[in-house]
Amino acid sequence: MFSNKYIFIYSAVMVFIVALVLSLVATFLQPKQQENIDNEKKKNILASVQITAQTKEVSKLFEKYVKREIVVDETGAIVSIFENNNFTQGNLRAFDINLREQLKNIATSGKALLPLFEIEYNNSIFKVIPLYGKGLWGPIWGTIALKSDLRTVAGVTFSHKAETPGLGAEIITEAFTSQFINKQIFNENDEFVSVRIVKGGVSNQQKIPEIHGVDGISGGTITCDGTSEMIYSNLKNYLPYFEKIIKDESK
Amino acid sequence: MNPNNNKREPLFSKRNFKLITQPLNKDNPITIQVLGICSALAITVKLKPSVVMAISVIIVLALSNVFVSLLRKTIPSRIRIIVQLTIIAMLVILVDQFLKAYVFEISKQLSVFVGLIITNCILMGRLEAFAMQNKPWQSFLDGIGNSVGYGLILVIVGFFRELLGSGTLWDIPVIPQMAYNLGYFNNSFMLLPPMALIITGTIIWIQRARNKDLIDKS
Repeated sequence: MFSNKYIFIYSAVMVFIVALVLSLVATFLQPKQQENIDNEKKKNILASVQITAQTKEVSKLFEKYVKREIVVDETGAIVSIFENNNFTQGNLRAFDINLREQLKNIATSGKALLPLFEIEYNNSIFKVIPLYGKGLWGPIWGTIALKSDLRTVAGVTFSHKAETPGLGAEIITEAFTSQFINKQIFNENDEFVSVRIVKGGVSNQQKIPEIHGVDGISGGTITCDGTSEMIYSNLKNYLPYFEKIIKDESK
Repeated sequence: MNPNNNKREPLFSKRNFKLITQPLNKDNPITIQVLGICSALAITVKLKPSVVMAISVIIVLALSNVFVSLLRKTIPSRIRIIVQLTIIAMLVILVDQFLKAYVFEISKQLSVFVGLIITNCILMGRLEAFAMQNKPWQSFLDGIGNSVGYGLILVIVGFFRELLGSGTLWDIPVIPQMAYNLGYFNNSFMLLPPMALIITGTIIWIQRARNKDLIDKS
């Protein structure tokens, strides 16, 4: 039989050793893990304008194509600009912003810092906006690239944490995302309508014109609705910024 | 003392060898002991995650068996379960951290299931039933045997689900485009968890049909 004292000391020592081992390993692997997460993010930003990157070269390509990282606030004012590895305004990189926290801020206090990436590719400039929202089982996120007219979608990417394989998880497939290319997020009256995902197919209904809608995935309606809502609510935050650009250009 | 006991048993004596071979077939953790089914359903949609999961379980089970066996005489029996759990949890977190650092893509697919190795019944079962009573080397073999037996089923199920569900193996398309043109469809039903159960059931059926002594005599 073991005494109570022995049991206490035994468990204390064991827990201490385990904690030590785990924290050492976690600290040791931390930079490598962060690098993976960053690469994934870069890959998605590039993929929204159809630049496919291997994990090894993604950092290089990101530096090559992403000309400016811009942070705007909820009124559309530019907070910070990062270009050519230098800050020309402010001191916050769009890449380092946690979009999830900012969306929470905008819901509670109405204030937020919103990230935006400018990519120059094939002689045209794209604005890439990161997205974050809710799917059926967990968070979904992605990126949407707009052409320089700020109306036409150049491409989208989606990722998810736990959507149903074969159903909701199909939002990441090219067959689904390629539908978004060349859709319009403003209607002819310059009202913001976003791009909606339509259950049953866009061509089978009258409510949403084909230029503002894409076909949903059978069996993945809740995920699709979440994706649709995510695009709408995220893009909406950038409207003041878009207005300012358009005003500046017409001056 | 019996002189025979002093003679060291060779590392791969017949008895030791059985510790590895037995769980592969007649004492398989999934098909015979019916342990650890949950993870077998969840991560076998494709071959690659199945293999990574199998390797993870092999590492965790072999090492935790050895650790528990080394400590077996010092572990107070009143807190033995929690000691075993701590050892398993530590190893699982280590594996998870390494996966996140070195095979990020796959760790994304396995997501929560690596963490759930902790609750895999095979581990606690082997620690309680074997490692607590046996020497480290035998425990190591037992761990390898059982986890390979588990992994084997995982890989077989993953093979069929990926082949029939996605038409690929290891993410490489194997079903020729011609078959699709002729009207062949991937069976997306295969991608859903229940099909793993049916495949596992089929494996059990084949196994019992071949080994008459496995059939229940009641």
